[in-house]
Amino acid sequence: MRAFRLLSLVLAMALPLGAAAQQITVSAAASLTDAFKELGPKFEAAKPGATVRFNFAASGVLLQQIAQGAPVDVFASADQETMARAAEQKLVDTATRRNFASNALVLIEPLKEAVGVKSLQDLAGTGVRKIAVGKTATVPVGRYTRQVLEGVGLWTVLEPKFVQADSVRQVLDYVARGEVETGFVYRTDAAVMSEKVRVAFAPTTTMPVSYPVAVVAESRQKALAGDFVAFLSSDAAREVLARYGFGKP
Amino acid sequence: MNTTNSLIASADWFPLVLSLKVAAVATLLALIAGVALGWVFARKRFPGHTVLEAVFMLPLVLPPTVIGYAILVAAGRHSPLGSWLREHFDYSIIFSWHGAVVASAVVALPLVLKSASAAFAGVDRSLEAAASTLRQSPFSVFLRVTLPLAWPGILAGTLLAFARAMGEFGASLMVAGSIPQQTQTLSMAIYDAVQAGHDDLALLLVVVTSLLSVTVLVLSNRFFSLR
Repeated sequence: MRAFRLLSLVLAMALPLGAAAQQITVSAAASLTDAFKELGPKFEAAKPGATVRFNFAASGVLLQQIAQGAPVDVFASADQETMARAAEQKLVDTATRRNFASNALVLIEPLKEAVGVKSLQDLAGTGVRKIAVGKTATVPVGRYTRQVLEGVGLWTVLEPKFVQADSVRQVLDYVARGEVETGFVYRTDAAVMSEKVRVAFAPTTTMPVSYPVAVVAESRQKALAGDFVAFLSSDAAREVLARYGFGKP
Repeated sequence: MNTTNSLIASADWFPLVLSLKVAAVATLLALIAGVALGWVFARKRFPGHTVLEAVFMLPLVLPPTVIGYAILVAAGRHSPLGSWLREHFDYSIIFSWHGAVVASAVVALPLVLKSASAAFAGVDRSLEAAASTLRQSPFSVFLRVTLPLAWPGILAGTLLAFARAMGEFGASLMVAGSIPQQTQTLSMAIYDAVQAGHDDLALLLVVVTSLLSVTVLVLSNRFFSLR
């Protein structure tokens, strides 16, 4: 009798382990916030018993967290460079790496009292005092911005006007508040705050804005993580991503 | 040793200079306001004075993000004050080192206020009374009797306030942003270095900040014990 009670106690204690066995943590670039929050429940519905937790920040910051040992299962970044760094540091399972979406860089202005920027050259004018850009070290959108501005020889010229943000969503916030005259975000972010910002124009980037995803090497849920990565390429996921303005990979 | 030397030589010391500048100005503002308010709270009893004193002490316990948000709401682009300043003086504290000064002054004020209030309360009123019988104006009494007796306590609080202002992060980041060569203070530089993975630079800046803060605190302690 005592052995039976002991056994059932041990089994009962093991139950939470069973429940946690079906949870994955996805670290995704800040620009994926709204789309992924909608994809989470869809994935959970497709895989009963599975739960997904999200962690959104600038891709470079997420990489740092993973490098420091954060218990993450899937990493989705907003540019190939961050994923390449992850692969270099052996933090992701390169066999699982694939591109799942694309985006576009846009220049936005506040809806109220906009300066009326029409081209990149206008940024050098006196009407534009501050330009919000992502920190180039950690934020992919900052790097895309630098590429575009270096391409027209304006990066160093405009540097005194830059306000560097920790993520693309912070750039969006600065512009939405009107504290800066313009900012560079993705088309998908501009759409999220369409009641506070408007797209001035979309500069052409030399490198396409492409989003890779991969399973983290130290993940304890490799199978479920792999399922999530595969899910991102499914029709259901593509439909949601397209609705938010993401393009095909 | 060579790598340490080259790290120190190549490190950007602007954040250190800016932090010292911001903390100095912020502490000065906090000192003026703190001494004035401290005297009022120590000497005057009016209805609601405990609540008012608590309000001024709030920045000590509120999260820095609350303070940062409050400043944004009060002085941001679309606030009455912010739009007035922008229209008439083409001036804004947002994304300027002045914003960092305001944020640091707000968090430093409670420290000066509490110390000044306690220091003034500890001054023997009979000495002040004696001075007034010798035909000293109230201001002269303050200058020649109260202040000389209260200054060690006030100075100790001011040094604490300076250390607090040096270490401000959160509110100043929200208001002034971390713009290298313009508004990036020492604490913001550490944050940026850690985020970008520059651990050795982060460690160097942490050591510098810690040494500075320890020095200020040791000085402050000596003045506290002088009372």
